Amino acid sequence: MDRRESIRSIILGSVAGGLALNGCNPNGEKEVDDEILAKAEHHFGRTPEEKELIAQLNAEQFFNEHELTTVAVLCDLILPANENFGSATDAEVPDFIEFMAKDIPELQITLRGGLMWLDHKCNTEFNTGFAASTQAQQKQILDTIAYPDIDIPGNEQPLEVQFFTLMRNLTLTGYYTSKMGIEDLGYKGNMPNVWDGVPEEVLAQHGVSYEEEWLAKCIDQSTRSTIAEWDDKGNLLT
Amino acid sequence: MQIIESSTLYDVIIVGSGAGGGMATKILSEAGLKVAVVEAGPHFDPKNAEQKTQLKWPYESPRRGASTVRAFGDFDSAYGGWDIEGEPYTRKNGTKFDWFRSRMLGGRTNHWGRISLRFGPKDFKHKDEDGLGENWPIGYEDVKPYYDKVDKLIGVFGTNEGLPNDPDGYFLPPPKPRLHELFYIKGARKSNVTVIPSRMSMLTKKINKDRGVCFYCGQCSRGCEVHADFSSGTCLIFPAQKNGGQVDLFVNAMVREVTTNEEGKATGVSYINKEDRKEYKLKGKIVVLAASACSSARILLNSKSKQHPNGLGNSSDIVGKYLHDSTGASRSCFIPDLMNRKTYNEDGVGGLHVYSPWWLDNKKLDFPRGYHIEMWGGIGMPSYGFGFNPNDLNQFFGLKVGGYGNSLRADVKKYYGSVIGMSGRGESVAMKDNYCEIDPTKVDEFGIPVLRFHYKWSDYERKQAKHMNTTFEEIAHNMGGTMLQEAPTKEQDYGLLNPGRIIHEVGTTRMGDNKQTSVVNKFQQLHDVNNVFIVDAGPFVSQADKNPTWTILALSWRTCDYIVEQVKQQNI
Repeated sequence: MDRRESIRSIILGSVAGGLALNGCNPNGEKEVDDEILAKAEHHFGRTPEEKELIAQLNAEQFFNEHELTTVAVLCDLILPANENFGSATDAEVPDFIEFMAKDIPELQITLRGGLMWLDHKCNTEFNTGFAASTQAQQKQILDTIAYPDIDIPGNEQPLEVQFFTLMRNLTLTGYYTSKMGIEDLGYKGNMPNVWDGVPEEVLAQHGVSYEEEWLAKCIDQSTRSTIAEWDDKGNLLT
Repeated sequence: MQIIESSTLYDVIIVGSGAGGGMATKILSEAGLKVAVVEAGPHFDPKNAEQKTQLKWPYESPRRGASTVRAFGDFDSAYGGWDIEGEPYTRKNGTKFDWFRSRMLGGRTNHWGRISLRFGPKDFKHKDEDGLGENWPIGYEDVKPYYDKVDKLIGVFGTNEGLPNDPDGYFLPPPKPRLHELFYIKGARKSNVTVIPSRMSMLTKKINKDRGVCFYCGQCSRGCEVHADFSSGTCLIFPAQKNGGQVDLFVNAMVREVTTNEEGKATGVSYINKEDRKEYKLKGKIVVLAASACSSARILLNSKSKQHPNGLGNSSDIVGKYLHDSTGASRSCFIPDLMNRKTYNEDGVGGLHVYSPWWLDNKKLDFPRGYHIEMWGGIGMPSYGFGFNPNDLNQFFGLKVGGYGNSLRADVKKYYGSVIGMSGRGESVAMKDNYCEIDPTKVDEFGIPVLRFHYKWSDYERKQAKHMNTTFEEIAHNMGGTMLQEAPTKEQDYGLLNPGRIIHEVGTTRMGDNKQTSVVNKFQQLHDVNNVFIVDAGPFVSQADKNPTWTILALSWRTCDYIVEQVKQQNI
């Protein structure tokens, strides 16, 4: 079976309904096939096996609709929008958490169990599920689990505290690895450039400076395109 | 199923395409020899759009770069890791060894740290210093001409410092230090720890017309599209092919054994083609093993015949013995003076711009061998894990840890780039009782018997790791920092990582003049069979407080010159 076929079979295996309908129409089938492949072959240097795994995980669904709603509410309590940037859900963090729950199955019980705990707690206190509670009620619950005792190791914390810590971690990492989050953080790299040292004002801010002797050894960037030549003693001539 | 035999007779069959195999491919093919290169993984070129991970954003990966699939995260270029499905290995008597393999053209040179250090004069004769281990049968003067050639061929930045055991070379100028590196320089000097510009094989300056110059994305571990850093494929194998050499590349070909004739001489190799899962034979006049120290030992041990009942080249029973990896321990610290940073692009080269070579005299210490210090920090690109425990550092100011809401954004920015990590990488003492051997009870999915490891650290390494931790604490204190982890205890081996974790394993087919106590001679030719050579790190007698790659390259070149000479003289 070639790779296209095997991705197709994985997809067909798990969401047969929708595809089978399209399958009645030869042209329709082709479209769906290409669409799935385009998604799976999102180019970031995957091997064929890695692409298959991603396609397989994307075809599965971990959270049910109610859980996803609760995840979204929780994500936005953890990271709401501010005047300059959107919220965690604006940065599609719930989709990321859904993927990670499948990618690292060890997270599943903590996540699912924690969501159940939230609903149970809210139902007990307010006679309504977490997602449907008022923000004040939600915060009242969160305040009991959002501040871990730092003298207790993470895995010895109560489940609901571990759950919230995990949700906060996934929400922030999901946000700061999104396009919006990277802009918010102000990370300026990941593009071709010529490094020529720390800006002066930054050196001043942090109270350090370059030594002339050290700088004299460093690359003079105006010579970077000249082919290197040395004398017999290893002194660079160009 | 029949073994399929090729009719071509190669001058040389090279097993493995990493540093040693790549160099052999270049030197031997350019000398006019017809060469087959047999690689266990697929073809790889960081320029290939299908394989490229350089300059990708974290959000291009649905797991944001998490290490679920690749050991160093989704964007790292290594295909493989410490665990490869279908290719197990085992450990003996509860000991630990973790074996990293990259299955791809260029092997581990694709993702490695590019720290390119020459061994110094003392490193070849360490027994003379402390009576431990064994001296090499060669000295620095034998390898120096080849280090010089490697510097010029491949390119390495650094500085001539005139240090006694960290030799000068032909360096390109280094990049300027980053902000956290300026802190490190200050902190290290205060404790009289030497700090110099690092020595790494990225081109800060052009060295030829074919390869580009570094554009400072800091992503060398992903492989470089313009071939501005060293990897075996981009700098050795592709140029060899381009130069019109007779190079036949066999990829996805897992070598099982070296085949031999009635006289016991090598006749070629047999391999499993991973695509059709059939066994094939290649014929060659000379076999050069460059599969990695442990893989080459495995191939030799699996090459049993009437003439070589104990495995090929193993009449001494030394194949697999004296396995040793670099020691490694790391700590990190929080530097309040690095808080509230303005952001700018400080990606730089992939890895450190400055480092500390070993600076002390072991005669005054309670452990025999040294270590160098690598450090990390800065305002790098976020990846999976960034933002975890966003305000744990609040505890150092008596502020509340945890919470939710927009204050977290401020916390993340406040602490971004305020942590510096330090890692010691040291020399362990080669021991006969640290070894790999064939596990008679297991095969991999290709039916090839697998390796079983037996490895224990000694107090030499533990005491060295303890010293590393003391040094890290001192330097952190000098930088105004606070350690982020408790000091590891004696019971925790002072934080020593499992052997194999530093991925510098060497010594399994060590060189020597005495065929009773070594596997290859000083030209890395099997004592037992004159047409088999080993050009990976297996022949290393001792490991030095340096990274092994530059020495693998230099020694492989030296061996290849010897092979060409021997072929000319019709000695093989």
